[in-house]
Order: sequence, then structure tokens, then C-alpha cells
Amino acid sequence: MTAGMPFYVSPEQLMKDRADFARKGIARGRSVLVLGYDHGIAFVAENQSRSLHKIGEIYDRIGFAAVGKYNEFENLRVAGVRYADLRGYSYDRSDVTARGLANAYAQTLGSVFTQESKPYEVEIVVAEVGRDADGDQIYRLTYDGSVADERGLVAMGGASDQIEERLTEKWRPGLSLAQALRLAAEGLAHDPAGGPDRELGPESLEVAVLDRTRPRRTFRRINADLLGQLLSDEDPTDDVPPVDHDSPRQAASNPQTQRHGDEPAPDSD
Amino acid sequence: MTPVSEGGLPAAYLRTGSSSFTDFVAEHEPSLIPSRRGLPPGATIDAPHGTTIVTLSFDGGVLMAGDRRATMGNIIANRDMEKVFATDEYSVVGIAGTAGLAIELVRLFQVELEHYEKIEGALMSLEGKANRLASMIRGNLGMAMQGLSVVPVFAGFDHHDATGRIFSYDVTGGCYEEHDHHSVGSGSLFARGALKKLYRPDMDADEAVRVAVEALWDAADDDSATGGPDVGRRIWPTVGIVTAEGARFLADDDVAPVVDAILSHRRGNPGGRRDGGAS
Repeated sequence: MTAGMPFYVSPEQLMKDRADFARKGIARGRSVLVLGYDHGIAFVAENQSRSLHKIGEIYDRIGFAAVGKYNEFENLRVAGVRYADLRGYSYDRSDVTARGLANAYAQTLGSVFTQESKPYEVEIVVAEVGRDADGDQIYRLTYDGSVADERGLVAMGGASDQIEERLTEKWRPGLSLAQALRLAAEGLAHDPAGGPDRELGPESLEVAVLDRTRPRRTFRRINADLLGQLLSDEDPTDDVPPVDHDSPRQAASNPQTQRHGDEPAPDSD
Repeated sequence: MTPVSEGGLPAAYLRTGSSSFTDFVAEHEPSLIPSRRGLPPGATIDAPHGTTIVTLSFDGGVLMAGDRRATMGNIIANRDMEKVFATDEYSVVGIAGTAGLAIELVRLFQVELEHYEKIEGALMSLEGKANRLASMIRGNLGMAMQGLSVVPVFAGFDHHDATGRIFSYDVTGGCYEEHDHHSVGSGSLFARGALKKLYRPDMDADEAVRVAVEALWDAADDDSATGGPDVGRRIWPTVGIVTAEGARFLADDDVAPVVDAILSHRRGNPGGRRDGGAS
């Protein structure tokens, strides 16, 4: 990449230019929030599109959220699904962890940042829901491959610093899903430049959760109707409806243990 | 093609490609695909075989049931094996043939469907699922010619016309849609006879369970490789039901009364003869 360049550029300057380039690309996009609530982890993105997702399911207990260039983070999401499915198939479903995936992403982002002609203009979160809130893991990865192990609440994208600062004061462990989503919507609607808050209804938000009360595939998208109920102050709905029957989505996938389920459903108290 | 690999995700993971897990694995780690493993030419080996599966449609869905026996020659290799599996939220598969290979194939098929669902963000169509399974069976033809065949039967709920549908396969990967009912495995001849006599198109799920268990009973009556209900050990057939709400399996406590009813009906009436329409 430096070959053929007519003059010398110091490595510091080169890295700084690349970081500035990536940051600029990321800052252009709308923000995404990832935050814990009493029964799981919620992902909230401002997204007008119903089909180009910023949030995705990776595996049983692992979700993905991203900001930046769609084609780049979509590529990373697909790679993550391949990583997880291949690992779960050749070992066992319980051997697929967010930590392993975050490491793989970090290496990939790091190599692209230093070796390719341009860095990825993305920031991603890989989150894994635990058996209880203490077991939740949220990893935030930046364009250069840095990883941060976050607790509670993470904001990415455009005005993420201001949003994170504002919301971290109000977030506390044990919020219900409805409270967490109202907080997130308020944070995303706030104008960092000081203007009046925007109106963000259910139709302009993409929301999904990793719900720890579900036995196997914990990822669930929240459609606009349910989201409207959750965001409304009057509506009593404060969580996703519980699982009412034992569908194979919840059952273990090992053919020889599927009816017995290798993990008992935790009480949804 | 990004030459990124050291410690990170291999370049193949980041390549734009198909949403098929099998295709991805075949390219990236072919040793994990069952059909890529060859046997030495001319070799035949003894391996446990699964036996009889019955499936039938009813009003609002489709049901699949299997006995629990696996045999190896004259030996009962396993008496409580599961041979009917949920492959995703709206489909089930039952397997007859070489048990080890069949179970591996089912696992691969389950991941194939989930992988597609995650990558595409949509469920695969029922025909799509049936065709994916056909191509996996086709890949196994070499092994089948050496005695390790897998013959599944696939059933699922079709959201387009809101009915349960059944697909059968041959060892070459031919996929055929069956109407009303079907059976595969060593006891299938006897089960099919029973199904023909007992099947009615307007049955509800409970009646369909009774018909399926009774057909398995008739299969076990005449086929030594099919296990009948094991009253001593309380091992009952596996019964999977797929409706618009999804696939689920009947609990043992729900199958036991059906078995008991058939047991008392057949006492002194081993062929299950109907007198004046009584059941």
C-alpha cells in the first residue's frame, strides 16, 4: 500500500488518517443502543428500513448489532453466523460463546485496519445473554479491532458519546423491558445539538431482544405492534409474552436429546 | 477475497456466498459432511438400522410417528431410540436406514434450515426444505450403494395453503410428494396396509395419533425389526405433530392412554378387527 507512494508518511500519521476516515463514516449513521433489562438484553436501532437490519441473531444466546457501512457489517454478521453454526455443529451448541466470536471479529477488524487499503467503517456489539443479569456479556468492537467488555448499556454511531453519557445516569440494573425501551427511545430521540427532541415512533425503530426466559433460541424481534404497547405509558405490557408451548425453536437441537432439553427453562418470575 | 486469516475469521467466512450451511461446510471443512467420507470399495459393514416411520395428514396439520427400535442383524441395538425429529419450527423428519448416518444427516439438515433463516431473515418455503433434504440424500448415494442408505420421510406445515404436506425420498435423492399418508422402513408394508384401512381425511389430531400408533402396532406385529409399545419399560412411540402453531412432540403421558386403548381393543382381537364400526 505504501509502495509507490512518492513521499514518506509516518506510521502514526497513517494510522491516524485511517482512524479519522473510519470515524467519519461511522458518525454519519444513526445510533444503535444495546442495554440490559431484567429478563435479558435489548437492542434498539433507529432504522427506517424493515428489511435492511442493523440487528441480527447469531446463535442461541448471542445477538449482533452494528452501525456504519451496511455492506461491511452485513458481511461481518454473515461471517459470525457461519462461525457460530460451524462451531456448534462440530462441537456442541453450548460451546459457542460471544467471547470467542468477539475475539475473532477483533482479529479480523485489526488486520483489515492495518493491512487493507481502507479500514472497515463499522462499529459492532456482540452480546450474550446469561442465565441471570450477572452472566450477561456485552462486547463492543471498533473499526481498528479494539474490544471493550461493557456493562449495562452501550451506544454506538452518530452521537453515541452524548447518548451514552445521558443514559448511563438513568440506566440501572433490573429495569423492565418497557422501561429499558422507553429509556432507549428517549436517548435516541434527543438532539445532541440542543434542538427539540425528535418523535421516534415504533415504525422508525428496529428492536430485538435476547430473552433469557426462553430455553434455546433466545433472540426475538419485536414487531411494531408489540413495540407500540411496550413504549406506551398507558399500556400495561412490560415484557415480551412468555413462551406458551414447547416448540422446537426452544428445544435442544441435538437429535438424541431434543425432547429432554439439555437446559431447563428458567422461571420467568 | 480478503486475505485476512491470522487468528481472525478465515477469508472464506467473509466471502459473499450462498446461504446454505451445507455448501459452506462442503467447501470449507469437507470432512464434516457425511457423504464426503468414502468406504473402501467393496466393503460392507454392519451398523444399527432404524425401522418404521408412519406419517399422515389430518385436519389442520400433519403427524409423524416412529417406533423406538434400532437393530443390527438379529440384535436389538437400541430400544429407546428417537427417529422422528423436529427440523425447524414447522417441519419434522423421520428416518429409516443406517441410524448413525441418518442422525448426522438430520443434524446437518437442522443447522441448514436455521442457518438459512438467520442469514436470509426468512423461513425457507416447505418445498425449498424438501428439496434441500433431497440434495443431501443424493450426496449419500455412494454410501447407499455400499449398504449404508438413509431413507427419510419429511413432513411440514405449508403456510401458503394452510395444510400439512408429506414428502418421501428414494436413495438416489428422488423427492415425491405423498398424499394423505405414507410409511418408510422395514415394517412400512404392514403399516401402509393399516393406514389405508384406518385413514379418514377429516380426522382431528387425536384420531390421527390413534391411527398412527395402531399402524406402528401392525408393523411391529409382522416385522421383527419394528418395536411395539414396550409396556414393561413404558417406552412408547415418538409422536410429532405439526400445525400452524408449530411442531411439538406428544409427552409420554399423552401417548400411554392411546397405547392402553389399543392394547385392550386388541385383546382377543389381535388383528384389530372393527366390529360394526367400533374402534
